[in-house]
Amino acid sequence: MKNLSLHILDIIQNSIRAKANLIELEILENLKENIFQIVIKDNGTGIEKDKLKGILDPYFTSRTTRNVGLGLSLLKQNAERTGGFLKIYSKLGKGTVVKTLFKYNNIDRPVLGDISGVVTLVVASNPSIEFLYKHKTDKGEFFFNSKEIKRILENVAINEPKVIFFLKEMIKENLQNIKL
Amino acid sequence: MGKIKTLADLKNLKTDLQSKINLREKGISPEKLVQIKVAMATCGIASGAKEIMDFLIDELDKQSINAVVTQTGCMGYCYAEPTIEVTLPGNAPIVFGYVDNNKASEIIEKYIKKGEIVDGVLPVNYETIDKK
Repeated sequence: MKNLSLHILDIIQNSIRAKANLIELEILENLKENIFQIVIKDNGTGIEKDKLKGILDPYFTSRTTRNVGLGLSLLKQNAERTGGFLKIYSKLGKGTVVKTLFKYNNIDRPVLGDISGVVTLVVASNPSIEFLYKHKTDKGEFFFNSKEIKRILENVAINEPKVIFFLKEMIKENLQNIKL
Repeated sequence: MGKIKTLADLKNLKTDLQSKINLREKGISPEKLVQIKVAMATCGIASGAKEIMDFLIDELDKQSINAVVTQTGCMGYCYAEPTIEVTLPGNAPIVFGYVDNNKASEIIEKYIKKGEIVDGVLPVNYETIDKK
């Protein structure tokens, strides 16, 4: 993956496949403690206890279309390379939390990349899933709530190209404001 | 830097769009739209599927082609990523592999607009090694 936003897009696919209808993404940038943290939380089907053990194994997947599942292991490898970690918590029937921590100033930490594009893409492609995005840095916070957006849009579809372009810009501009 | 876009701006955009959409889409059901699915699992994303999706949405909008572009999971064609599945109204879905921006343009110009098949169609009878 070229950057962290693509990793996020990848991990979110797991939540979508787990039939989640609420996905929360939380990004925390804290220079003082030197951390860049990404938490992805969903209310999907969850993972069975005995499967949870093997989940970070690259040759594990619940898919039937292929035999490998590299998403989580690639992210874990990237996090560990910076001195961070990836942890996964899950409860059957409740949902799953993937928490990834990077050392902020480590040279191996990939850049965040086009997160506004990723958030917009997920929201527009999955109208039935609600998405909460919280981004906190030392300079401030930004919240994005797909429910609020859809309420304003009323009968206008969230995947209208003009809406997609607008949301992408809106998120980008707000993030620029709290950029470290 | 200019003023940051807010939800109030979104409200204005909505009002603006509502009038246009009503004019354009009266009577058009989703089955009559061009549907494009971009495969977006680990394999697709790592190969640049997001850029292709951005490009498709942008280009189709510029050309005012009524289409729905959405994401899907891995279709099993990991070797040929990025892959997209295009369904023209009334036709069976066709999967194109190794799609870059040039290929995507070609697909829009030839297949979506004129119905001409272009190179790069993946065979539907593809089998994984295990199944053989």
